[in-house]
Amino acid sequence: MENKHKSLIDYLLILGDNSLILGHRLSELCGHGPSLETDIALTNISLDLFGQVRSYFQYAAELTGGEATEDTIAMKRVDREYRHTWLVEQSNKDFAYVIGRQFLFDAFHLPLLEQLVNSKDEMIAAIAAKSIKESRYHLRFSSSWMERLGDGTQESHQRMQNAVNDLYPFTYEFFEETATEKMMLEAGIGADLKSIETIYRQTIKDVFAKANLEIPDTPARKTDGKKGIHSEQLGFILAELQYMQRAYPNMSW
Amino acid sequence: MVAADLQNLPVPVQEALLEITDPEIPVLSIMDMGVVREVTLDEKHVHIKLTPTYSGCPAMDTMAVDIKRALEKRGYDATVKLVLAPAWTTDWITPAGRAALEAYGIAAPLDAQSDKYALIDGERIVKCTNCGSANTKMVSQFGSTACKALFQCEECLEPFDYFKCLK
Repeated sequence: MENKHKSLIDYLLILGDNSLILGHRLSELCGHGPSLETDIALTNISLDLFGQVRSYFQYAAELTGGEATEDTIAMKRVDREYRHTWLVEQSNKDFAYVIGRQFLFDAFHLPLLEQLVNSKDEMIAAIAAKSIKESRYHLRFSSSWMERLGDGTQESHQRMQNAVNDLYPFTYEFFEETATEKMMLEAGIGADLKSIETIYRQTIKDVFAKANLEIPDTPARKTDGKKGIHSEQLGFILAELQYMQRAYPNMSW
Repeated sequence: MVAADLQNLPVPVQEALLEITDPEIPVLSIMDMGVVREVTLDEKHVHIKLTPTYSGCPAMDTMAVDIKRALEKRGYDATVKLVLAPAWTTDWITPAGRAALEAYGIAAPLDAQSDKYALIDGERIVKCTNCGSANTKMVSQFGSTACKALFQCEECLEPFDYFKCLK
C-alpha cells in the first residue's frame, strides 16, 4: 500500500537533505579549519544543520511508520534516494570554496525558511521557525567572509572569484521546481521558489558588490539532485556518512 | 511566555527539576533557562515538555536523561517530549539565570538590536564579565558552543563568552 503521505515525506527529504549533506561537508572540517575561530564556526553551523535535519527526519519517520527512524532515513538510503542539490555536495577544495558554497546556500536557505514559517503544515512551520534564527547567523557569517576574502588581498580575491565562478552554475537548481514542490506549494505547505529566487539574486548582487566580486555569467549546470541524480562526489560522502550504520546496523552511542 | 509553573507540583518533582542544569553551563538550571515548557503529573508519572535552545544542541539529550534520573531517584517515572513550537528565545532566560551566567563568566544576551550592533557592526557594548568594561571586541561569532560568541576585553584582556541573543 502506498503511503498517503508520500509527497509530504518526499518534500521533507528535499528540505532536509541539503542540510544533511552540507552539514556533513562542514563536519569534515572539524579540526581542519584554517583558524580556530573558523573551525569552531563551521562545525557549529554543521551542528545547527544536523539539528534541523533531525527535526525533518523525525517527522518523516513518523509519517513513514514501521521501522523508520531519523537514523534510517539519514543513513540507510541509497544514493539515488537522496534529494539534495549539487551545490551542497561540492568538496571543501579550499576555504574560499567552503565560504562560497556556504554563502550560496545560506542566501537561499533564509528566504526559504521565511516562507516555510507560514506553512499550513504545523510541524514544518515549527521547524522553520526554529531554524530561521540559526540561519540568520549563518548568512551573517558567510556574507562577512565573502566580503573579507573578496575584498581582501589580491590572492584571496582571486581565490574567492575562482570559487564562485565554479559554484555559481549550481545555484539554478534550487529554483527548478519538481512535481513534489509544485504540489506542496499548491497545498499551502511548500515554498514559492520563484519569489525566493528574486530575493536570492538580489542578496547575491548586494553581497558580491560589497565583496568586490563579479557575478559569473556562466550558464546553469544541468543537474537533477532533487530527483536523485548526483555527481560522483556523493559516493564518497555516503561511504563516510553511512559507514557506522552499515558496518554495525542499528548501533547507537 | 514564561516557563512551566512548578508551584502546584509535589515538592520532590520541583526539587528534581530545579537541580538539573545545562551540562555545558552548570550554573544555569533548566528552569532558569526557560526550556521546560510544561509539566503535568499523572499519579507518579511526570510528563515534561522540553524545548531545544538550538536545534542541534547536544545538551538536550543529556538534559532529558538527567531529568528522568532525578525524578526516578524520587520515585517518579518521567516522559520527556521535545517540542519545537513556540521556538525558544533567550528572552525566556530568567533574571536569576542571567545573573548566574554573568557570575559564571558568560555575558548575558543583549536585546536583538544591540546584539546585531555588537556582532555585525563590531560596536563595543558587550560588557566584560571580569572587569565590567564595555571596551571589548568580538573574536569569533561562534564560541565554544553554538549559542555563544567569543569576546575579549581590551581593558583586562580577559577572553569571555557572550550568550548570543536568539529571537
